[in-house]
Amino acid sequence: MSQEKTTREPLFSAKNMELLRKPLNLDNPITVQVLGICSALAVTVKLEPAIVMSISVMMVTAFSNLIISLLRNTIPSRIRIIVQLVVIATLVILVDQLLKAFAYDVSKQLSVFVGLIITNCIIMGRLEAFAMGNKPWPSFMDGIGNGLGYGIILVIIAFLRELFGSGTVTFPVIGELRIIPQSFYAMGYENNGMMILPPMALITVGLIIWIQRSRNRELIEEKK
Amino acid sequence: MSNRYIFTYATVMIVLVAALLSTAATVLKPYQEANAKAAKMVEILKSFGVDASRDQANELFNRYIVDEMAIDAQGKVVTLYQKGKKVKGEGVRPFDLEMKKELKKYDAGQAALFPLYKAVKDNQTFYVIPLYGKGLWGPIWGYIALQSDLKTVSGVTFGHEGETPGLGAEIAKPPFQVQFKNKTIWDGQGNFTPIDVVKGGVENLPKADQAHSVDGISGGTLTSKGVDAMLDKVLHIYKNYIVAQRKK
Repeated sequence: MSQEKTTREPLFSAKNMELLRKPLNLDNPITVQVLGICSALAVTVKLEPAIVMSISVMMVTAFSNLIISLLRNTIPSRIRIIVQLVVIATLVILVDQLLKAFAYDVSKQLSVFVGLIITNCIIMGRLEAFAMGNKPWPSFMDGIGNGLGYGIILVIIAFLRELFGSGTVTFPVIGELRIIPQSFYAMGYENNGMMILPPMALITVGLIIWIQRSRNRELIEEKK
Repeated sequence: MSNRYIFTYATVMIVLVAALLSTAATVLKPYQEANAKAAKMVEILKSFGVDASRDQANELFNRYIVDEMAIDAQGKVVTLYQKGKKVKGEGVRPFDLEMKKELKKYDAGQAALFPLYKAVKDNQTFYVIPLYGKGLWGPIWGYIALQSDLKTVSGVTFGHEGETPGLGAEIAKPPFQVQFKNKTIWDGQGNFTPIDVVKGGVENLPKADQAHSVDGISGGTLTSKGVDAMLDKVLHIYKNYIVAQRKK
């Protein structure tokens, strides 16, 4: 599929790597494009679902970008949104079915969140903005990059929320690790219940955006 | 692009996708069902304290579960299976009954059958009752194991589809579930008292109520209420059977 490009441009050329790197910081889907906020609130109470969700979203963005990019010249523009949705939904259903058959425990943990990937605006945003106008390989890289950019923010938020909300950190496979020792609780330390509630996720996103912008001046809009 | 192209494109796409998804569903179904069945056995075994992985579930299930019954709303045993084989009665294997469907029939006033498992472990008898109800965001379910006196709770397990992680979802974790151990579903005066999930601390209740109450989850009030309502409803359905057995 990437035959035509390999002759012209190496797979990991500077331009393609840029596609991978940019969403991690300067073009982050959550903090700069402000997409996918809803799932950033929903799955970040604990670290584990956030990590699994990030990986799933990355897979779906990458492969739906790839498929749409391969089809891009045949898709009638009047029904392109429907075509995009069909591709996303098909991928998500396949992932869900495969998880149920071969990774039953993971699928049980994710439960409804797998279905929610369909509604993640990042995926359709990337299809519209990138895959419809670019070749398959760069689109695939763009999908991976945006998935990573989404995931990194999710993991940061989930880490902070779980640490201060429950005093634990939960990883897939490894399980729950208690970070804040019992002796702290004995001395009167309390978990911050607010961290478990959705508003705190939004506030955490806000703090991340603040820190990111103060370090990257070019992200700050000019005053009119 | 012409309308004809668009319609053809859409039709071909839909047919391809439909074929792909239905093939995937058909091919994967046996694996998924085997997983779900093994997971159900693991849950049933866990309720009376047998830890099993999904691989050993079937073997351990056959070892510990001596009777698999389906009872009607009057508490009469309609179907009896032992070691996965039919001994008495008609119809499907009690293990394959779905609480969701049976409760719906029950609510509609139709004849419904409810599964009940009798287990023997270390010469002790346990009765395992499946539970099904509504949480905050979706269904919740579980199993409650009673000791041979049909009064004292030996253990419970709960599961849920999409309760809030860290709040309602805590019902599926040990700290919530261990509270049920040794609670009773009959008080001293012979009244039927399904376990209450209460707010504000069990230790603040009158002594008589403490034996059949557990603490709810802070921040998970609606899920806790769902558990309370589920226990109340399902245990009342099994009450006739329990009364008949206790008289024996």
